Amino acid sequence: MDSREKILDKYSSKVYKNRKEHVITIEEGEPNVIQADTRAIPGIMTNRGCCYAGCKGVVLSPLKDVAIITHGPIGCGYYTWGTRRHKAKGDENTQSFGEYCFSTDMQETDIVFGGEKKLKKAIKEVVEIFKPNCIMICSTCPVGLIGDDIHAVAAEAEELYGIKILAFSCEGYKGVSQSGGHHIANNGLMRSVIGTGDAEPMKYSVNLLGEYNIGGDGWETERVLKRIGYNVVSVMTGDGSYAELKNAHTADLNLVQCHRSINYIAEMMKTKYGIDWIKVNFIGLDGIKKSLRDMALFFNDPDLIARTEAVIADEEEEIAEGMAHYKTRLEGKTAAIYVGGSRTHHYINLLKTLGVEVVLAGYEFGHRDDYEGRDVLPSIKRDADSKNVESITVEKDPENFKSILTPERLEELNNAGVHLEEYNGLWSDINDNTVVTDDYNHFETEEFLKLLKPDIFFSGIKDKFLIQKSGVPSRQLHSYDYAGPYAGFRGALNFAKDITMAIYTPAWNLVEAPWKNTPTLEGSLGGTE
Amino acid sequence: MLDLTPKEQSERSALRINPIKTCQPVGAMYAALGVHACMPHSHGSQGCCSFHRMFLTRHFKDPAIASSSSFTEGASVFGGGANLKTAIKNIFDIYDPEIIAVHTTCLSETIGDDLVGYINDAKIPEGKIVVHTNTPSYVGSHITGYYNMITGFIKYLAEATGEKNNKLALFPGFVNPGDMREMKRLMTIMGVEYIMLPDTSGVMDAPMTGSYNMYPKGGTTVSDIKDLGNCELTLALGELTSEFPANFLEKKCKVPYKTLPLPIGVENTDAFVMALNHFSKNEVPYEIEEERGQLMDILLDSHQYTYNKSVAIYGDPDTVLGMAEITMEMGMIPKYLVTGTPGKIFEEKAKILFDKFGIEGCVAKSAADLFELHQWIKNDSVDLLIGGTHGKYVARAEDIPLVRVGFPIIDRYVHSYLPIVGYKGAIRLAELILNALMDRQDRDCEDEDMEMVM
Repeated sequence: MDSREKILDKYSSKVYKNRKEHVITIEEGEPNVIQADTRAIPGIMTNRGCCYAGCKGVVLSPLKDVAIITHGPIGCGYYTWGTRRHKAKGDENTQSFGEYCFSTDMQETDIVFGGEKKLKKAIKEVVEIFKPNCIMICSTCPVGLIGDDIHAVAAEAEELYGIKILAFSCEGYKGVSQSGGHHIANNGLMRSVIGTGDAEPMKYSVNLLGEYNIGGDGWETERVLKRIGYNVVSVMTGDGSYAELKNAHTADLNLVQCHRSINYIAEMMKTKYGIDWIKVNFIGLDGIKKSLRDMALFFNDPDLIARTEAVIADEEEEIAEGMAHYKTRLEGKTAAIYVGGSRTHHYINLLKTLGVEVVLAGYEFGHRDDYEGRDVLPSIKRDADSKNVESITVEKDPENFKSILTPERLEELNNAGVHLEEYNGLWSDINDNTVVTDDYNHFETEEFLKLLKPDIFFSGIKDKFLIQKSGVPSRQLHSYDYAGPYAGFRGALNFAKDITMAIYTPAWNLVEAPWKNTPTLEGSLGGTE
Repeated sequence: MLDLTPKEQSERSALRINPIKTCQPVGAMYAALGVHACMPHSHGSQGCCSFHRMFLTRHFKDPAIASSSSFTEGASVFGGGANLKTAIKNIFDIYDPEIIAVHTTCLSETIGDDLVGYINDAKIPEGKIVVHTNTPSYVGSHITGYYNMITGFIKYLAEATGEKNNKLALFPGFVNPGDMREMKRLMTIMGVEYIMLPDTSGVMDAPMTGSYNMYPKGGTTVSDIKDLGNCELTLALGELTSEFPANFLEKKCKVPYKTLPLPIGVENTDAFVMALNHFSKNEVPYEIEEERGQLMDILLDSHQYTYNKSVAIYGDPDTVLGMAEITMEMGMIPKYLVTGTPGKIFEEKAKILFDKFGIEGCVAKSAADLFELHQWIKNDSVDLLIGGTHGKYVARAEDIPLVRVGFPIIDRYVHSYLPIVGYKGAIRLAELILNALMDRQDRDCEDEDMEMVM
């Protein structure tokens, strides 16, 4: 039995039947198929969160100039207050609400008699105290159940106060994970924000999509992009803002970092505004270099291409010595990596560069296309759960639609290996024989730790300490353990330094008490003296 | 930092800004983690369970296990019975706890799931137990959820067999494992046999050994919870947290109870020790007298650095009241006492404390938030802040030192291992408070005023 079978074997027949499709071993030459984005099994300790977490917590919260009101009991707003590390900085023209948590703190009477009145009052109070340009309302489980019409409240308040007010029905029970919430947030931003600004288009302009500026990743990426000469119109949504997002439609190219959480906007902007998107990866040197070179080829300006090469050479030179040093400490180590819906893929090449082999990988809430690539999309059937998450379609906007590329240029790009609107998923970078687990759970984590004994395990806070207590170093790749940035060239060096630290910190050698392997009684064996 | 907070206060009746409370289920989860080999189970959407596990893990820096009924839209419409049934089977199959402690969420409460019925219908393996409590998130706070879960255990398990066990039942309040260890130590020194529920020591501060154990050694055992019904007396520490279950145990099993403040500070610890003394009839041993004497020595030696210093304290109601007591014993003025947990009794108790020390001009408020506290401070500042992590923004914005005490502390280490209760805990608090104030003096003074000896 291989390790996959050993683990599945311990499940009851019902659970086995479900999980065997989610846990696979990558086989050479096979079309590896995995089941994903389906319901978690009740009672199984999944690491997944909910729709609200994906909508409010992930996509919307980083928009710094938006006052987000959580409509519901206090918990949901409280847990998403300041806990995700999407760094943001305001200035004299931009309010920054990152340090604030707004909630309607619903009480029993609101549940019984409806919460719309309280929500209206809360909006009024936010407007009076803070005078924001934009308010977003996010609903939690009971709101949907009692039937509060948050969209009507938002529309009425928008009229009344003359500011943008959006509502998101992202009740926790919708969909099967955070992923449904990403989609709902994408829909709202596309429908009501993107395209409402009137900024002049800029040269070499891009949007950075699915970059949440965790630990300053977005800032590091932007630094490199600006060095080359790009104009970043908006970042979705790390250190982003309502003000910038309105003008996103003026960009020439969309760069998609986190495919899972933002691909809907990329697709819709292509349809509506004709803006092409490329899948980028600013984590790890191979990813950064390919991304920057793809971008330069897209714009096809010799100066830009030359500057790209110069910046790559310069940035790489800066970290070369450090990277080489850490590689000597990390070469030959093995890793397990379980994060989100795109991040696992992003780190595989960086780990390879450092000589670390990934033996176990997976996503918490990825879809099949995040594993197998977008070619699989037409064959994914929508089920009852995915149908509960709204999917919107957009029309071409004749006024703002642009086609930058001629068919000839498109073909040239294709031949040069720059594939627009394409993502090949985790499979494109994963080694054969790697065990891949979708929606991994506590039991599987524990068992795989015993069977595969990775030298380091990348995941999140809920399993971090169980992993460490098992004797395996663990780093959180959602929050970077309060460090970072890990994006860009400098970020790669930070990452190398941090995982070296995690593996080599001296306390690991002291875990076992000396008396555990030293006899208590001292003396000599009878008769040998 | 918090630049958008205006100094001028305005009336708010609907909007909560920067809360000092969270919802019931996380309290229930914490209480259930204090029962040995127990799987806390969240009956709702899996996001609640994830948030709560995340939050407890961030505070304790230790794994917080819990499972979820993983509701989808279907379950929200048709009820969560099938989900709970599946969950119970899977939890016993895969994680093999001795007991599952189910708590509800605003989702399952709003649709009116009948937990008693579901649990009666569930297939529970021989010798295993499932209990539940109702924890609607739209009532009370995490403190309410904590005592509801304790009460749930008692409701299902405690029984009076007619034979007394000569033990003291202790409800420790919403405190850290380090505090629970200290309470146990004091009871042991006093020769008191006890049953403490919950007991998260040895669970949420379990040692690193190199091998992970899902159910560490700590936690109140099921047999001890059953035996609670045979105790002579209950001590409910922290009236606003522990009286509810104590009252329930009295009703169910005729165990009389006495409530005391959390043993934070000199007099509160005195009251605890006296109660133990009264219960055991054993004299207070020198060991405890020595600790108390050391504490008094420290408070007197250092009084000039704390006397008349003003402090704002925020957090859970019983913790804030306890901290108010010790700060007043140190000669400080607890200018603002705020808790997010609703309940006017907090304000009444604070008033009694102010009167006891003859202090005027202090304000206490329940169902308050940090935004309001910040506005008060903007209008009339304090020398020190005491509370959990979320006050760090206010501390930075107003350049006030912060001593981290209570729940949650998600930005520091070690705090959950060490007590704030008992004389030892008071010594620790004195050190934390003195260091904060004296470091501040060292930082702020002119070069020529820098004191080598203090």
